[in-house]
Amino acid sequence: MKDENRATHESTEHRGIDKERRALIGAAAGVGAAMVAPGVVLHAVQAQADPRSEPVTSDVRWGLVIDTAKCADGCSACVDACNEENGLDLQTKPGRESEEKWDRQKAVWIRKVKLQDNQTGRITNLPMMCQHCEDPPCVDVCPTGASFKRADGIVMVDRHLCIGCRYCMMACPYKARSFIHEDLEGQLTSVPRGKGCVESCNLCAHRRDYGEDSTACADACAAEGHNAIVFGDLKDPNSIISQLLKELSTRQIREDLELNTGVRYAGV
Amino acid sequence: MMKRIVYREWRIPPARYWSILGILAAVIGIGTLSFGYMEHQGHWVTGMNNAVVWGTPHVFAVFLIIAASGALNIASIGTVFRKPIYKPLGRLSGLLAVALLMGGLLILVTDLGRPERLIVAMTHYNFSSIFAWNIFLYTGFMIIVIAYLWTMADRMGGPFNRPVGILALLWRLALTTGTGSIFGFLVARDAYDAAILGPMFVVLSFAYGLAVFMLVLMFTFADEGRVIGPKILRRLKNLLGVFVAGSLYFMLIYHLTNLYGAKYDGFETWLLTHGGIYTFAFWVGCVLVGGLLPLWIIYHPEKSKERNWIAAAAALVILGGLSTMYVVIIGSQAYPMPLFPGQTILESGFGDGVGGQAASYWPSIPEFLLGMGGVGVAMLITAVGVRVLQFLPESLADEVVPVDEETMGEAAFVKPA
Repeated sequence: MKDENRATHESTEHRGIDKERRALIGAAAGVGAAMVAPGVVLHAVQAQADPRSEPVTSDVRWGLVIDTAKCADGCSACVDACNEENGLDLQTKPGRESEEKWDRQKAVWIRKVKLQDNQTGRITNLPMMCQHCEDPPCVDVCPTGASFKRADGIVMVDRHLCIGCRYCMMACPYKARSFIHEDLEGQLTSVPRGKGCVESCNLCAHRRDYGEDSTACADACAAEGHNAIVFGDLKDPNSIISQLLKELSTRQIREDLELNTGVRYAGV
Repeated sequence: MMKRIVYREWRIPPARYWSILGILAAVIGIGTLSFGYMEHQGHWVTGMNNAVVWGTPHVFAVFLIIAASGALNIASIGTVFRKPIYKPLGRLSGLLAVALLMGGLLILVTDLGRPERLIVAMTHYNFSSIFAWNIFLYTGFMIIVIAYLWTMADRMGGPFNRPVGILALLWRLALTTGTGSIFGFLVARDAYDAAILGPMFVVLSFAYGLAVFMLVLMFTFADEGRVIGPKILRRLKNLLGVFVAGSLYFMLIYHLTNLYGAKYDGFETWLLTHGGIYTFAFWVGCVLVGGLLPLWIIYHPEKSKERNWIAAAAALVILGGLSTMYVVIIGSQAYPMPLFPGQTILESGFGDGVGGQAASYWPSIPEFLLGMGGVGVAMLITAVGVRVLQFLPESLADEVVPVDEETMGEAAFVKPA
């Protein structure tokens, strides 16, 4: 070590110090640091505040609990909120089409259903949407893997891989999916859509990206004072949704298929 | 002594040949325009919707695809099961198999929401999807059948004829089972979720493929004045009879099983009694036109000897087959999904079968024309194939066709008086 130091010292003495070169290097380092530093700082800040930079983990499983006793007849707050949140209210009926046919072809992510028990005559109201199965049939049948389940349990469609074959719609036991039948004009940046692809409720995945703790439908239902839809982490024993599941007698729609849905209903 | 079978190109007069090609090209052209229209506008111009997601194009496509595997049967009977009388028909059988499959696949592909992303389907596979498996089954079938044709036509290929024939037979069984399983493995809908659909499609394919084969054979031969002897025609029509009866049997079992299980009662009562167009398509299309009428012709003591009646029987099988596909594909989707057993849906924002009502679907003209375009492609490939290559035997007269194996060495089986 000593020898090396000496050697360097001698050689600098020999050549003399190139002050200009030092200044240049110093300036370059300064400019470089000035350019990179905000990025590093920003990145660090973002990592804290914005889950978008973190991969989705299976530490959580997002889901919904729907208490049908609280779901009001004639209320469509959840449907309207979903349409607005995901830009579905921007859909326009192609000019020459009849209203009746358009009703069957437009995209619907959440719908209100009113049921009557054949034996007892009891009436039930509930919202239906993608049930975010643990073993989703739509994911099984998709030839390209466009229909997929995220680590956090959200089932959705990768719109870059979807070829529009609609096999997932054939396979879904909940009729939860829609095909985009028409040209789209105007859509939201956070929810890109495209003609010829299949889509469905994704539990407001964009809200998950920003770390928000609810979905549009649940918020709207709460705002109406009904609180029939509760969103949360099914894996967290302390979450409200887990508490509710312990308290209420809930079931899955089409339990016979054993898909372990992420959406549970009380009072059906 | 068996005579050597000579194959010769289809030599009808050029004017007639080119007008046939012209008509087919026009049909394909109109199909292409329909495709362009549907893709440009979006699928709203079709009758398909979020409840009935597969429509008329799929009826044509699935029919053509299973008819393709069925058309190959004739070659298999000759090569694999060693029935010499079917050998001269092997080449046409292989050609039709490739042509029909091409037609069917083109319809499927052009009906996609994003057909320009076909490359995605070729590069991203999800192997839990039967669809993904079918991509391999279809392309593999095409390659194997082309190799099979080579072993039939080229002297060098001769030794490989039987092994390739066996592979082709096994492959086509897998292919048709796979096509049936596209529906059979769907647990969501009452009408599907039945393993019998796989083997049922195999039997249906026997009938449809043979019917198409017979019509093409009879048309090409009659048009050029080549002879089809009564012996081979009798064999073909008897075979068609067995296949049609087999199809009816499988359909019977399928519906009986559904009727037996209370779970599917609703679907069966709907389809068999008050399903509107689907009830009509089932009883009149599948059962009467596609089943009982052809059987009546085929086993009628007089009519079964006339070639026009035999051709009519084959045509009826095809019409019945399209009705069957209509019922199996569209009818099964139109019937509401059993979301809430024991409950009646009073109102729904997404047509969930309010009051048990079936989803509405009516085919649009472009859908139908797209399907016809696929048929046109299959026929065009066949017409060009038989014209430029030696697919058709010069004659199928009784004295030319190989001897029935049943009549070979008859003396050995004659019981002593």
